Amino acid sequence: MPETPFLPTRPPRPTHETVEFWDACAQGRLVVPRCDDCHEYIWYPRLFCPHCASQRVTYNEVRGTGTVYSFTIMRKGSGPYKEFAPYVIAYVELDEGVRLMTNIVGVSVDDVRVGMPVKVVFDDSIPRFTAA
Amino acid sequence: MSLRGAAFIAGAYEHPRRDIPDRTVPQIHAEVAVGALADAGLTMADVDAYYCAGDAPGFGPISMGEYLGLRCRTYDSTETGGSSYLVHVGHAAAMIKAGHASVALITLAGTPRNGGAQPGSSGAAPAPESEFENLWGATIVAHYALAAQRHMYEFGTTSAQLAEIKVAASLHAQHNPHAFLRDVVTVEEVLASPLVADPLHRMDCCVVTDGGGAIVVVSPEIAATLPRRSVKLLGQGEAAKDTNRGRIDLSHTGAVWSGARAFAEAGVTPADIDYVSIYDSFTITVLVTIEDLGFCEKGQGGRFVMDGGLVAPFGRLPFNTDGGGLCNNHPANRGGMTKVIEAVRQLRGEAHPAVQVPNCQLALAHGTGGALGTRHMSSTLILGQPDA
Repeated sequence: MPETPFLPTRPPRPTHETVEFWDACAQGRLVVPRCDDCHEYIWYPRLFCPHCASQRVTYNEVRGTGTVYSFTIMRKGSGPYKEFAPYVIAYVELDEGVRLMTNIVGVSVDDVRVGMPVKVVFDDSIPRFTAA
Repeated sequence: MSLRGAAFIAGAYEHPRRDIPDRTVPQIHAEVAVGALADAGLTMADVDAYYCAGDAPGFGPISMGEYLGLRCRTYDSTETGGSSYLVHVGHAAAMIKAGHASVALITLAGTPRNGGAQPGSSGAAPAPESEFENLWGATIVAHYALAAQRHMYEFGTTSAQLAEIKVAASLHAQHNPHAFLRDVVTVEEVLASPLVADPLHRMDCCVVTDGGGAIVVVSPEIAATLPRRSVKLLGQGEAAKDTNRGRIDLSHTGAVWSGARAFAEAGVTPADIDYVSIYDSFTITVLVTIEDLGFCEKGQGGRFVMDGGLVAPFGRLPFNTDGGGLCNNHPANRGGMTKVIEAVRQLRGEAHPAVQVPNCQLALAHGTGGALGTRHMSSTLILGQPDA
């Protein structure tokens, strides 16, 4: 975990459904919910399976590797990001198939490409991704 | 039950102003309500169904109904962002067909240029996805930039092609004395405007305007008694598009489904359409929607919009002849109402003469409420002449 965050962080706001996700992040582990009945991965995290309507869902630890599905370079930030432009927002497709919104950090914004291999890095407890 | 011919749009009114520091939001709702009813040849006392969305103040249809002095049989506050008003037309038509309403009033108003409250900021529980989307510094344009980048990756779409959409809108807006931006721009000027979120430039984004609009939807029996030409509802479709259980597909919109439903109900095809009002929060919104509605093959939207393809009156698909949200008006950050209003003008032959489509028989209006990069509600209306 880097000593200084790449981008703004704040303590996450867990709910009964997501506390396990955020607790894992705080330990440097990425977990993704998976249905105990149909075995499909689920994103965004919730304790309900949108594939088969099961309420039996378990958080599974994943490697945290994937590729960039799409990205944008924000030329102007707002709120806590105001002083951080340019920065990259992306959808990363994990090896497990789910596509999650995140930031790409630790690389020049001009070097980010669709299809680029990436791996998770925890910025405080916030899961971001960097070049693999 | 089919909605084909179930209802007619008898009145339409767009607030002429774009910067309104001296009115409250309910006051603007009232101004446009009066305007649309007068256009139809009806009065507030005739209204028996009222529709408004998240831009309405307080308790929505209860608060606005009280402000306006309405006594309705039917109230509906379906909130699907900027597409709400097209959804309302469909819902109103269904209630008219069911015999529960005969004159439905739909209003929109807001003052984002003057600090008007953002819709949806009520005391409701946070959205379940919010913590997984709000931490990354995304503004609304980011959601569209993500879609544009993916479209470019999959299909080779270029920034210059997106710019063509803004150019066409500006060519139309020059004829609209109320348009917020009336200067004609070139592809080069769009590309030279600052990048906001790659690959989208400032000129790929719609305007921020105060204002509003209203429409009046009536039964066929009432339409037949009114002095002005009414527009016949031929088909309506709506469809939610979301992150697909975690496998979001950024290169399609809900128009794939809403358009197919509307065309099927109307019994017509894209080739039959003379004029389109396409939701244009950003240039990419237009390009993907045109593909998804079937006006060209998937991935060919970039080529389709080139060489004046969208320019009225003689382009292959004249669009947004009022200047659209890109140049004319995007009141309350919601572009659906003005899309319907310009389609009505075209079918009445009352668009500006420079952009009026000759012999306009069939028009399509499409709304996209929400964001391309996460979730949105698409709604499509197909409208025609009274004898269509």
